[in-house]
Amino acid sequence: MTEQPQVAEQTGQPSGDVLLSCDDVSLSFGNVRALVDVSLTLRPGEITALVGDNGAGKSTLVRCISGIHRPDSGTITFDGRRTDFHSPEDAREAGIETVHQNLALVEDLTVWQNLFLNREIVRRLGPVGLLDRRAMQSRAREMVSALAVNVPAVGSRVRRLSGGQRQAVAICRAAGFSSKLVIMDEPTAALGVQETARVEELVFRLRDEGHAVLIISHNFAQVMRLSQQVWVMRAGRCVGGRRTAETTGEEIVGLVTGAIGS
Amino acid sequence: MTNTTTLRASGGPNWSHRLKDAGFWAEWAALVGLIVLVIVFQTLNPTFLSPGNIASMLVAAAILIILAVGQTFVIATAGIDLSIASVMTLGAVVFGQMYEGGHGLGVASLMAVVSAGVAGAVNGVIVARGRITDFIVTLGMLSAASGLALILSDGKPVTVIDPLLLRLSTSGIGIFGWSFVIAIVVAVVAHVVLFHTRFGTHLLATGGSPESATAMGISTARIKIAVYLISGLLAGIGAILLVGRIGAAEPAANTAFLLNSVAAVVLGGVSLFGGRGTIVGPFFGALLLIALVNGLTLLGVSQFYQPLAVGIVVVLAALLMRFQK
Repeated sequence: MTEQPQVAEQTGQPSGDVLLSCDDVSLSFGNVRALVDVSLTLRPGEITALVGDNGAGKSTLVRCISGIHRPDSGTITFDGRRTDFHSPEDAREAGIETVHQNLALVEDLTVWQNLFLNREIVRRLGPVGLLDRRAMQSRAREMVSALAVNVPAVGSRVRRLSGGQRQAVAICRAAGFSSKLVIMDEPTAALGVQETARVEELVFRLRDEGHAVLIISHNFAQVMRLSQQVWVMRAGRCVGGRRTAETTGEEIVGLVTGAIGS
Repeated sequence: MTNTTTLRASGGPNWSHRLKDAGFWAEWAALVGLIVLVIVFQTLNPTFLSPGNIASMLVAAAILIILAVGQTFVIATAGIDLSIASVMTLGAVVFGQMYEGGHGLGVASLMAVVSAGVAGAVNGVIVARGRITDFIVTLGMLSAASGLALILSDGKPVTVIDPLLLRLSTSGIGIFGWSFVIAIVVAVVAHVVLFHTRFGTHLLATGGSPESATAMGISTARIKIAVYLISGLLAGIGAILLVGRIGAAEPAANTAFLLNSVAAVVLGGVSLFGGRGTIVGPFFGALLLIALVNGLTLLGVSQFYQPLAVGIVVVLAALLMRFQK
């Protein structure tokens, strides 16, 4: 991991190569200006944290990046290309995977069915395509064992898994299929101490495998532990960014609350 | 804490474990109930399991099985098709009108299936695009399809005496009448569609968690339209069998078919909240209901008691499954 000293810019904007950049992204819902001229960048191979109070616009921004919302104005550039996602599928196609806060798992389906949801492996038999269940199961086993420590059996229904295991399944799904960027919306919000540690381990492993990770978190200690870059949002604006190594929890809190002006 | 679940879940499907699983019982409750009923009725009346009676039960079950399969698809997406029997009536009346108009068996059958399919598709489009509750939309279609059937037929039944159609319920392979064979084929195809195609997985995902399905890029609206279309098409196939069975196309209400189709699905352990279900379960559920009515008739119990018995069995089954969870 490279931790070059940054030019003392107020944003801590990285000068190296950029995987994703948002430039003046704005989005309004009726009279509510959810995002106002948000600009930030993400580097490949790094964990980037996005912090801010409730309603600061973090989730809305993430939804723009992952193709759920379309910005009213501004551009999002991913992997050197200007994006124009019309659906989450477009974003997945481009290599952006999202682990939603509710995990987007189907409880009554098995682990492997969830891992391959809407990406099923199919054998063609003339006009009909039949699921290749065996191929998906063995591939699912690989995906899960490559990442997760507490390996859930791929044939068990998600309903039977613990919170940490569910999180692991959702993260494995996002990490598979050669994604370049994995977005996580508060991945440990509902987890206990031990399970949180396991998920954090998983996040590190994702990064070590070459995925960039964008993580929304309310837990400042976690942000300091995990990330290399922090962006702070307040009232729909991106009010600042810091290299994690060069900032403190207090400074981040100050930015979030507005005690420190941007 | 997590280790215990992991070990147990990865331990493979051993039987003592499966027997303790509520889902296992929900899935096989209908078969267990059917076996119990068969034993009871056979003890009370030895003609119950005579080849003739079995054959007549299977033929009687054919239409219900086909409707229950259609209903299963809808209920697996957390919907319900209250119009399934009226749509079948509409299909039957269309069949009668075409046949009477001299269009032959093939055209009449095709038009029965097409008209029922259109009614189903209308259900689906209104539920999915209009975002109105399944219950209300199909309740409206229940009335509309019955009305259409009355208008088209002018309220009069049309006698349909067709030798080929008659053979559907009078001959077959051994004790399996052709109409039952058709029902088996429908059930097998439905099973393959539900568990071995992408559509089936997406259907269960749509029923189990619409938000998650949408987040993974599945069009839940398209799935909804598809299941109601399937339910309509199957009601159309049921219509052909119905005309063959009673030898006439009547604009009758057929309410019992609606209630029994839902009952068979419930007996079959399909969750009314969607996302979980089988085809085998409702298949045996339909057989159970037919065996119940047939057995009571053999025992000389008045016809008036039969709906009461069906009602009790269905509610009991639902209660049992509830307690097991």
